[in-house]
Formats: sequence, structure tokens, C-alpha cells
Amino acid sequence: MTDAALSQAGAKRNGIFSTAALQKGVAFVVLVALLAFFSVFTENFAAWNNMVNIMQATAVNGVLGVAVTFVIISGGIDLAVGTMMTMTAVTAGLVLTNAGLPLPFGILGAVASGAMMGGASGSIIAKLKIPPFIATLGMMQISRGLALVFSGAKPIYFNSTPSYKYLSPESSISLLVPGLEIPNGVFIMFGIAILASILLNRSLFGRYVFALGSNEEAARLSGVNVDFWKIVTYALSGAICGIAGLLISSRLNSAQPALGLGYELDAIAAVVIGGTSLSGGRGTILGTIIGAFIMSVLTNGLRIMGVQEEWKIVVTGVIIIVAVFVDIMLRRRA
Amino acid sequence: MKKILTASVFAFSAMAMFSTGASAGDTYFPIIAKGFSHQFWQAVKAGAEQAAKDQGVTITFEGPNTEAEIDKQTDILNAAIAKKPQGLGFAALDSQAQVPALQKAADAGIPIVAFDSGVDSDLPLTTCTTDNVNAAGAAADKMAEAIGGEGKIAAEIHDQTSATGIGRRDGFLNRIKEKYPKIEVVEVQYANDALKAADDIKAMLQAHPDIKGIFASNEGAAIGLSVAIKETGAKIVGIGYDSGKTQKDAIMDGTLLGSITQNPVGIGQCVVNSLAKAVKGEKLEKIIDTGYYWYDKTNITDPKIAAVLYD
Repeated sequence: MTDAALSQAGAKRNGIFSTAALQKGVAFVVLVALLAFFSVFTENFAAWNNMVNIMQATAVNGVLGVAVTFVIISGGIDLAVGTMMTMTAVTAGLVLTNAGLPLPFGILGAVASGAMMGGASGSIIAKLKIPPFIATLGMMQISRGLALVFSGAKPIYFNSTPSYKYLSPESSISLLVPGLEIPNGVFIMFGIAILASILLNRSLFGRYVFALGSNEEAARLSGVNVDFWKIVTYALSGAICGIAGLLISSRLNSAQPALGLGYELDAIAAVVIGGTSLSGGRGTILGTIIGAFIMSVLTNGLRIMGVQEEWKIVVTGVIIIVAVFVDIMLRRRA
Repeated sequence: MKKILTASVFAFSAMAMFSTGASAGDTYFPIIAKGFSHQFWQAVKAGAEQAAKDQGVTITFEGPNTEAEIDKQTDILNAAIAKKPQGLGFAALDSQAQVPALQKAADAGIPIVAFDSGVDSDLPLTTCTTDNVNAAGAAADKMAEAIGGEGKIAAEIHDQTSATGIGRRDGFLNRIKEKYPKIEVVEVQYANDALKAADDIKAMLQAHPDIKGIFASNEGAAIGLSVAIKETGAKIVGIGYDSGKTQKDAIMDGTLLGSITQNPVGIGQCVVNSLAKAVKGEKLEKIIDTGYYWYDKTNITDPKIAAVLYD
């Protein structure tokens, strides 16, 4: 594929007037409006420590959202991100607690096991030609089952690795700037988002991801090794799930093997609210992070208002539909 | 075609390898729980297996993936009945929806013992269960005592539709209402997932900074409660339910005051022992209360308590 053809395929992704940028703008306006609404109508929402609570509550879903953004832009879907996250947390537990190895091995284990599961999904999709929805539905069950098998259906605790809590709930920055108690997990989410953004927009791999989602056949005819890059995309998504697995298990000081189902839908919702098209070829990491923030601001704000859980779920559903509706309207006009 | 055939032969032999069915001639009781991956069900299973060994019977222990999958549990139930067992242990996810399936078992003359939560019918010979209303009431008494009988409190309940969720919520709230007029319950929220419960409770504390205590109604909610207290440093009284290592550690280090535990091992034993009695034609009481315990820092290592707690 020539550079010209590639940049044509990815043309819609960057410019300030592109639909993705517009939608991202819309999502940002929604986020600001929600923050303003809750600040005015509730007493205790607009406190700094509550903003920290919201950031911390966004971390896991934000990272999972980044993982699945790559896959969705490439024209696929990954339903296994939540349960792969659980399996990577269990892997970290096996390496650190059961095998007693030092922290870096646990981190490596989580990321590597995620990449392996993601790579397996990608291979099944690329080589066996099984649709992504079905292949990852299978991987969702496989990873969920394996997490239960390898953990013995029991939580694995990280008490023997005291430094483990520095991955998420502890705040290293408060040592440098006293009073700024932002947990490390929040910085890890932003760090992953920035790296992912660079990878998506500034690398050859990123261009291929967009090309796969825009027109897979055109990419194939231009000489792109479509199968290979598909596998890499899913493997990367799995590896990022490994980071989410570290964050959640660090915060709970345990790998909870029964947890994880339902997280994939929250992650996909964040991606969609953030303006990434489910039909592929279009989307941004920043949009996904904004989408994840919209969801956690909603949860936190409605909770502080004392809105019942049942209605909170209804409102989240309405927001998802409205966001996609705005997306469609903007695309028609563009 | 040949490939598919080979693959399916392989799949079936793998299934046979992993399955633990009964051999002919044995007394066999399938025990169907509401789940299997949760620690609580593992403890029930341990009690059931212990009793099965004592009674010299064979059991299987199964359950659906999540406690919302009523249809899947009914499938498991139908498959168990088809095996023509000598007795059946069943923890209904829905107290009414599964009565027709149980009727089939009763028609086939299979004795049924319900456990954990009841079934709205006369089909089960007995129900081995914790009186959740009573046990959660005890949690309310402990809460009232710890906060000095007045002030604001809140509750994080694991589920708004199951019998255990409703029983624990109402048991706790009603006891507060009846006995402690100076205590105000400002929030009742729902989450079963430890991470979501933690963020829920932090928002509650944000909305009501003067909360003096929070009750969490199961293991997941209690993990969330201890994470929220640790992360906010809030000086509140936390009371949990069930066990698990995180909850036990939180009680030992003072994050939580204490918790109510059911007797899951006792429930499992009760199911198998009751079924064995039913097979012998002995009469059973309609409900067997397997009891609850309050545990805190002072008695957590007591052998009687330690035996019913799980990690």
C-alpha cells in the first residue's frame, strides 16, 4: 500500500473538522455539562477528593476501553476484555504469590498472558476465518473458565508482595507534592492512553489498524499482511487488558476470579460514547477516555444525588443511545 | 466429515474424563447450588462432600455461572432429574419459577431437600437455611451498639431481587426501625462486585460525610467496604457478612468491626444428611436453621468460628 493510499484511508481520522473530532468534541461537551450539572445540584460533588474518587473509578474501565478501541477501529470487536483482565490478574497472583517471584515478573506475567489470549483470539479470527464476535465470545468463556481453574475458584491475595499496592491505590506523587493524593493507577491510565494515542496516530501499525477498519480488501490488495496485523491488534488489546488486570487486583489487593463479566460492555460503551465507530476505520483514544469519564461521572454523581441503582442503569443506557445518535447525525452531515 | 467425527469423539471422551458421575448401584444425590465460583458455595460443597463421605453416598455439586441465570440452573436441574437419582439437593435462584421442574422430580418419587433459600411449595421435605432476617437483625444490634444508638448509617446490599439480598436488607433495616428510633438510614445501595461497591461507598461517604456506620451484606460488598474505608480513611463502623480473607484481614486490622457469618459447611452437611435420612424414610422438620455467628477480633480464632469461616 502506498503512503498516499494509506493516508487517504486514514484521512478522516485526524483533521479538526473530521467527524471523529466533532464527536469527541460532543463527548467533551457532555462531560463538562454533567460535571456542571452535578456541581450545581448536589452539595458534595464538586470537592477535590471526589474528583480523585472519580478518576480512580475510571482507571480500570478507561484502560479496558483503550484496549478495545484498537480492535474496534480495525473493524473487529473484543468481548473478552473483561474476563481476559481477570485471567491476567490471576496470572499475576500465580507468579507473585504462588511462585514467590519479585514484582516485575508479576507485571510481565499479566501483560504476557493478556497478549497470548488476545493473540489467540486474533489468530482464530485471521486464520480460521471465524467472525470476531464469535471468536471473542468463545475467548470470553475460555478466559473466564481458565481464571477459575488456575485460581482454584478462590481469590489470590498479594499480601506477600507489599509493593503491589503501588500499582494502583498508593499515591507516589503525594510524596513529591504533599496533599496531591492522586493514586498511581490514575497516572497509569493516562500514561497508557498517551502511549496508545501515539501508537495509533504516529506509527505504521496505527495506519494499518485504520486501513483494516476502513477497507480490509483494499489493504490486502495493497500488499498489507492483513492476517498478521489483525493478530498483532488483538494481541496488543490483550496486553493492555493485562495492565487493567494489574490495576484492579492491586486496588482489591487480590485477584478475584469470579469478577470480570460485564466489564467488556462498560468498555465498549466508553468507546462508543467517545465517538469511535463500531463499523471500524474511525476513532480516537482521547474520545474513549472521555467516554469512560462520562460513565464514572454519571455513576458517582447519580449516587451522590441518591438516585436508585435501578435508575442509574437506565440513565447510562439512555446516554449510550444518545451518544451514538449524535454520532450518526454528524456523519450524515459530514 | 471424518475430521468432525474425530473431533467430536475426542470432545466426548474429554468430557467423560472430567465428569464425576455416579457409578450404577450407588446412592447418588446431585446437589445444585446457585453458583460454584463464589467462596461461599465452595464451603457448602466442602460440607456436603464431608457428609457424603460419612454417609457413604456419591454426590455431584453443580451451579450456574452467575446468580442471575435462572434458566441455566433449570437446565442443570432437568439434567439431574433425568439421571434418576435417589435424592436431590436444590438451592433455588427463584423461589417460584422452578417449581414445575421440581414437580417432575417429586412425581418421579425423588426426595427433594432445599437449601440456602426456600421454594414456595411443599415439594421439598425440608429446607436447610440461615434465617437471614434474624442474622441481619443481629448485625443491626451490633451497629447500634457500636455507634452509641444514634446517628446516620447506610447499607450496601449485594442484590435487590434474591431472597438473601431482600432478607438481609429487611432484617437489618427493620431491626433499626423497630429498636433504634434515633438512628437514621440515609442510603441503601446495591452492588455485588467488590470494585463497584468500593466506588459506591466512597460516593455515599462523599454525599453524607457525617455517616457513622455502614453495613455490607455479603463478601463482595464487604471487600468494597473495607477498600473504601482504607482509601478514604473514614472513621466509621463497618460491619460485613460472610467471610473471605480480605474481610477477615480487615477485621483483624480494625478496618471493619466484625461480620455475621452463616454456617456454609453446616448447610452442606445438612443437605446430604437430610437426604440420607429421607432415603431411609425418616421424618424431617420443615425448616432446619443452620444458624449464624457474629465474629470480630476477639473470637475470630475460636475453633468453632474458624471452622465455618473460609479464606
